Amino acid sequence: MDKIVGRHKNLSVLAAVLLLQIVLLAVQVKRPTDGGVSLIRVWTVGAITPFEKALVHASDWVGDGWRNYVYTRALRNENERLQDENIRLRMEQVRMIQDASQAERLQALLKFKQQYVADTVAAQVVGTSGSETSRLLYIDKGSNEGLEPDMAVITPAGVVGKVIRVFPATAQVLEINDQSSGIGAILEKSRLQGILKGTPSGETMLEYVMSDEKVEVGERVLTSGGDRIFPKGLPVGTVVKVNPGEDMFLNIRVKPSARLNGVEEVLVITKVDENQPEMMPDNPQRAADILAERLPSVPVKPPDVAPDGQGAAGAQAGQAGGAQNPAATGAAQKPNGQTVPEAKSGAASSTKPGAKPVKSSAEPDVSVNGRGVKHVSDLPDGTVAAKKAGQKPAPANTNSPPPR
Amino acid sequence: MNILYTSREQVQVYKFNLPAAIAIPLLAVFFQSFVSVHFFWLTIFDLPLLVTIFFAVSRRHPVAGLMTGGIIGMLQDSLTHLPIGVYGIAKTVVGYIGSSLGVKLDVENPGSRFLMTFAFYVLHQAIFFVIARGMVGQALVFRWGHLLVGAVANAFLAVPLFAILDRARSRS
Repeated sequence: MDKIVGRHKNLSVLAAVLLLQIVLLAVQVKRPTDGGVSLIRVWTVGAITPFEKALVHASDWVGDGWRNYVYTRALRNENERLQDENIRLRMEQVRMIQDASQAERLQALLKFKQQYVADTVAAQVVGTSGSETSRLLYIDKGSNEGLEPDMAVITPAGVVGKVIRVFPATAQVLEINDQSSGIGAILEKSRLQGILKGTPSGETMLEYVMSDEKVEVGERVLTSGGDRIFPKGLPVGTVVKVNPGEDMFLNIRVKPSARLNGVEEVLVITKVDENQPEMMPDNPQRAADILAERLPSVPVKPPDVAPDGQGAAGAQAGQAGGAQNPAATGAAQKPNGQTVPEAKSGAASSTKPGAKPVKSSAEPDVSVNGRGVKHVSDLPDGTVAAKKAGQKPAPANTNSPPPR
Repeated sequence: MNILYTSREQVQVYKFNLPAAIAIPLLAVFFQSFVSVHFFWLTIFDLPLLVTIFFAVSRRHPVAGLMTGGIIGMLQDSLTHLPIGVYGIAKTVVGYIGSSLGVKLDVENPGSRFLMTFAFYVLHQAIFFVIARGMVGQALVFRWGHLLVGAVANAFLAVPLFAILDRARSRS
């Protein structure tokens, strides 16, 4: 035996080294370290990533210096573009507030639980695995910043992946197009659920959607929240190809929304809140009304009153107010959104003399407090909105006849 | 280290000083990880493999070659999420065969370096495929076209890279 080993020394060393590595491999496959990190990984990552961080930050520093202090023409153009976008977004925000409050009311009615992204950590990508068979990113934040395994990693465009290993100042992120990755996903329109998985060639496929379902190319794919890692509703990608599979499922190819190859900055979701929305006061406001309040308006002109107290303007105001304000239809609204009969509220009928003043239809219908939208009928009288607009309170209900 | 001979001429054995022997593999792993952040298509190049081949054929010592390949491969493994040893085994074999071939072949010629790198890339990928699929259970697909493109790309890169790395070695 010694003779053979001595004669084939090189081959013996090769066999020993290979055997050692195979045993090491078998042990790792048999008992994968759950969250633990082997020492060789710590050493290698500790040796490589500081240089990567330094290089990335240095190149950012140079790039920022060029953009911010030398090449300001691009900044001016961007400033103009952002101003335009700001105006557009403010208009859109008004509509979204309305939609959101409506959605919250519906969710509260159905006792749905909402998930909010409560906290994120911004991180910079400093490296990759450098291998086509392992689609990993290294980010410059780690356990020192509160990162933990299984935290979702996103960009504003969409989902990137999840944290799989955490080091003190670095973390490994497994991209969604890696073949060992899998996230719960749902098709936006058809609401069909499946699992989004990566392929060996780096594509993403939505699996486990039955072949008798209809899936359209171009449909958006969102996170379903079923994996308990990614909050529900984050954009994942778009369907680009649908083929019938060999088994009973469809082969749905998805193009990721986030740019996975070449992503430079990401957000790690460190906290997700889950709660049930509270019931908002009923009586929703129209977006146009909210917008009307925010935009500058023409001061209210006292309407011409006909001798019999039923002028045309008064009639119109009465109709408009009746459509929007319960007080004008014989009901007043409580702060909690419930309506009470006219007699209890003390609000006078428009035809009764000495009635409490009711707002004019030209006045804004709502006032916005710090939290959300509050109806003007919550107020003791209809004067607050007018005061806010810098006007005198309306003298009296335009529908009621002048006191004799 | 003894100078080895072939039937035709004396074969030169080279050595590397310690800083170069440590820094060059580390730099290869570093660039492989860093450059692909911005240019993912560059992952088709396998710089650690090229360095393994270069050290193996220059030293012309099988044990040194396999040890160098094993260490570089394990460094590369530790940057992936795969179990450590997949690249390690593949590069150990390449290091051993490279140093054994270096004794018998002229590996200074750019043409032979091109062909040698092409062949070693294919061998490396084949071993990697077998280990990753057979032992680790990765659902890899053998893509011939991709393999050939990778082999040609790495062979083209090897010629100028080896010429640069030649400056870091000295005659034994």
